[in-house]
Amino acid sequence: MSKRNSEYDFVWCPGCGDFGVRRALEFALTNYTSEHEKPYNTNVIVAGIGCSGNMVHLIEGDQPFGIHGIHGRTLPIALGIKSSRPDLNTIIVAGDGDFLSIGAEHIGPAAQRNLNVTCIIMDNGVYGLTKGQSSPTSDMGKITTSTPYGKIEVPVSPLNYYMTVGVSYIASYYSSKPKILANFIKDAMNHKGFSIVHVQSPCTTYNDTYELLKGKPREGIPGLAWEIPEDHDPSSENSAFDLLQRPGIPLGLVYKAEGKTLEDRQEEIREKVKEKDINETISQYVI
Amino acid sequence: MQKKDFVIRFAGEGGQGLVTSADALARAATSAGYYTQTFSTFPSQIMGGPASSQVRISTSPVLSSGDGIDVLVALNQYAYDNHHEDLVENGVTIYNAEEYTLPDGGNYFGIKADEIAKSTGNTRAANMVTIGAVSNLINFSLSEVDKFIKNRFSRGRANDQEIIEANIKAVRLGSEIANDSGFSVGELAEPIKPDYEQIMITGNAAISLGAVAAGLEYYVGYPISPATTILIWMENNLIGKNKFAYQVSSEIEAINAILGAGYAGKKSMTATAGPGIALMSEGLGLAWMAEIPLVVVDVQRGGPATGLPTKSEQSDLFACMHPAHGDVKMPILAPGSVEECFYAGALAVNWAERYQGPVILMSEMAQAERGENIPKPDLSKISDETREIYAGDNGFKRYQSWDISDKLTPMPIPGGSGAYVANGSEHDEIGDTTHLPIHHIRLTERRFNKLKLLDGAHYEIENEDKPIILAPWGSSKGPAREAYERLLASGVDIGWAYSVALNPLPEKISDVLSKAEKVIVPELNYQGQWSALLRQDGINAESIVKYDGTPFRPGELVSKILNFFKTEVRK
Repeated sequence: MSKRNSEYDFVWCPGCGDFGVRRALEFALTNYTSEHEKPYNTNVIVAGIGCSGNMVHLIEGDQPFGIHGIHGRTLPIALGIKSSRPDLNTIIVAGDGDFLSIGAEHIGPAAQRNLNVTCIIMDNGVYGLTKGQSSPTSDMGKITTSTPYGKIEVPVSPLNYYMTVGVSYIASYYSSKPKILANFIKDAMNHKGFSIVHVQSPCTTYNDTYELLKGKPREGIPGLAWEIPEDHDPSSENSAFDLLQRPGIPLGLVYKAEGKTLEDRQEEIREKVKEKDINETISQYVI
Repeated sequence: MQKKDFVIRFAGEGGQGLVTSADALARAATSAGYYTQTFSTFPSQIMGGPASSQVRISTSPVLSSGDGIDVLVALNQYAYDNHHEDLVENGVTIYNAEEYTLPDGGNYFGIKADEIAKSTGNTRAANMVTIGAVSNLINFSLSEVDKFIKNRFSRGRANDQEIIEANIKAVRLGSEIANDSGFSVGELAEPIKPDYEQIMITGNAAISLGAVAAGLEYYVGYPISPATTILIWMENNLIGKNKFAYQVSSEIEAINAILGAGYAGKKSMTATAGPGIALMSEGLGLAWMAEIPLVVVDVQRGGPATGLPTKSEQSDLFACMHPAHGDVKMPILAPGSVEECFYAGALAVNWAERYQGPVILMSEMAQAERGENIPKPDLSKISDETREIYAGDNGFKRYQSWDISDKLTPMPIPGGSGAYVANGSEHDEIGDTTHLPIHHIRLTERRFNKLKLLDGAHYEIENEDKPIILAPWGSSKGPAREAYERLLASGVDIGWAYSVALNPLPEKISDVLSKAEKVIVPELNYQGQWSALLRQDGINAESIVKYDGTPFRPGELVSKILNFFKTEVRK
């Protein structure tokens, strides 16, 4: 919407990883929508609060529906949308602060439900919008504005966390290759169940990790990020946990489990239990 | 002596069938043509702890749980010690002679209900022994009790007849003991059977039924006393195509999930109590800001914090009227009877649709679980005000400035046209975030202007020209009304103004209250919350407060209101 509305007053910093993620999301939405022959307006983006959440206003081209709510509550809002309207392709865009700190309490319940929504989590290891505080994924000892003498917590390991609480689709990637990232996002949208695409999306202002992720190949310095080998079996829980034992950031599909979703189970109840009519209900109380 | 009104209280421990007994007597009396109201109080634990359940039986509609009690059934010494002072002058206690004895000479007699039940061949008929004794004391027809028993135990099982006969026998044996005791508390006057169809229902069930009657489609909730029964009701009844009822993991999930459903086009609701309202406040602010229709029911209990989970209080009014930070004033419906609960449940859903925003329905523990017989609502008369859905081109100005002279802008629904961002940040007309002053001014005014659309809630005005007006809110209405009628009968010059809607207040109610010299507000909280809010609007209101966890009794209100008159005169 930024191109249409000159008054809109939010911009990402030059070089922000979220630009790449936005491009990837636009590709994924377009491809998903045309593949399924669905109207574009059946896509709904639920945005968190933070730099990444502003993506909902910055999508270019065809406009999906969006809701830009309150900090940490993307999953509950998405629960309401998806459980009331299973026909809508529901996508969450949020950052590591929104999703893994204030919003972390909602990940487990969403996984147990196997809520059929797709989360795109932009991890920059810092609170950018509030100008550089420590986040759940900031490293131990990291100096930030809120940890002037170093962070005194162990960082959360998001992929292990997702595995442990039972998320049924987990992919990990980075923002620099939007076309490949778009394929994971579309794959996650097609997955029947709770899917998370966890994206390393560096903050050029407060936590620039581009070089750290990619390394310096010419100088023989390896990056933190590494491609998941082709022989990895994403349908195996054990293989996924083994994979996550390795240091660094894996790139690719970590885990994918097929199973029933919340809406499937709800539909089973609807088939089993007779529909209640209001006139019937009121007659129970007649004396 | 013929009497038109009796209160019978069963007191003992939670789990002893106190509620079952009161409910059974209420149902028997209702089907005989009387009006009844039950009331229970119990501790926050699964079993045990001091508890009581009572029923008031009357020849005319029951407005409150009454003043004194006519018959006390005390199942242990503690129950007797704690309740016998509530007995009216000639009131009688039936004590549990298996548990304890009382010295000779008082207005009481003992019954060994378990032993007698055993002799009927059905150990579970002890409640019926007691009900037989109570019926004898108030001269209530045993054949009506028999009818109730036949109805209750005809369940299509092989031993139905056996159980029915044992229970009928138990009633007879209990009645004989009461007869032999020589006590009587009077004779219940003949009922004046209403000529309309009735239902017997609790306040929480009435709210649920009302909401569904107005087309509710989506309900999620989290268990919390005294709102849990609404969740259970919805899980059992809101089922079928395009309907959804579900238990979520917290009140924060609940408010945001109904917000998501409301945004996606569904009529949605949750119910909670004070602690849940606290957790929902940010979500309520978002619904106000982004203009999403939804309903939150607050069944109040004693607060703050965990407070008194099973007691009654009207202390959430400040929290409900202004739950969120920022410039917000929530629409509030606060029904004051079980019947009003039904219509408020329907109107809350309709209000949310009509003005595209959050609505709060406030009830209280005291009317949540109390059963009352009310006229069966005519469902065909419940309007179904589904929001207007936008069907034009994209680029729609969803949030354009608006005042009451125009129609409210329709709402785009995902899947349809007019894709927009429902925005919790301040936004311009199409929904994009902006910090420019002009938009904050316009949109703040739009959000407050929309409240003017909300009317149609029940209100009552009587003797409006009197200098002193009695103006209760919520379930303090019943006892206040009873007090008001007694005051009128004794020649006291007093007026009456009552409104289910607290925000926005109907214009006529505002007028009456503004003109009154003094407005008296009976309410169950320490601060006098409603009178404080009325004073904010320039109304000379003063509260009669009570904060012991129990509802007002009409008698105590009469004397407090009269005191008030003396004070006014002295001034």
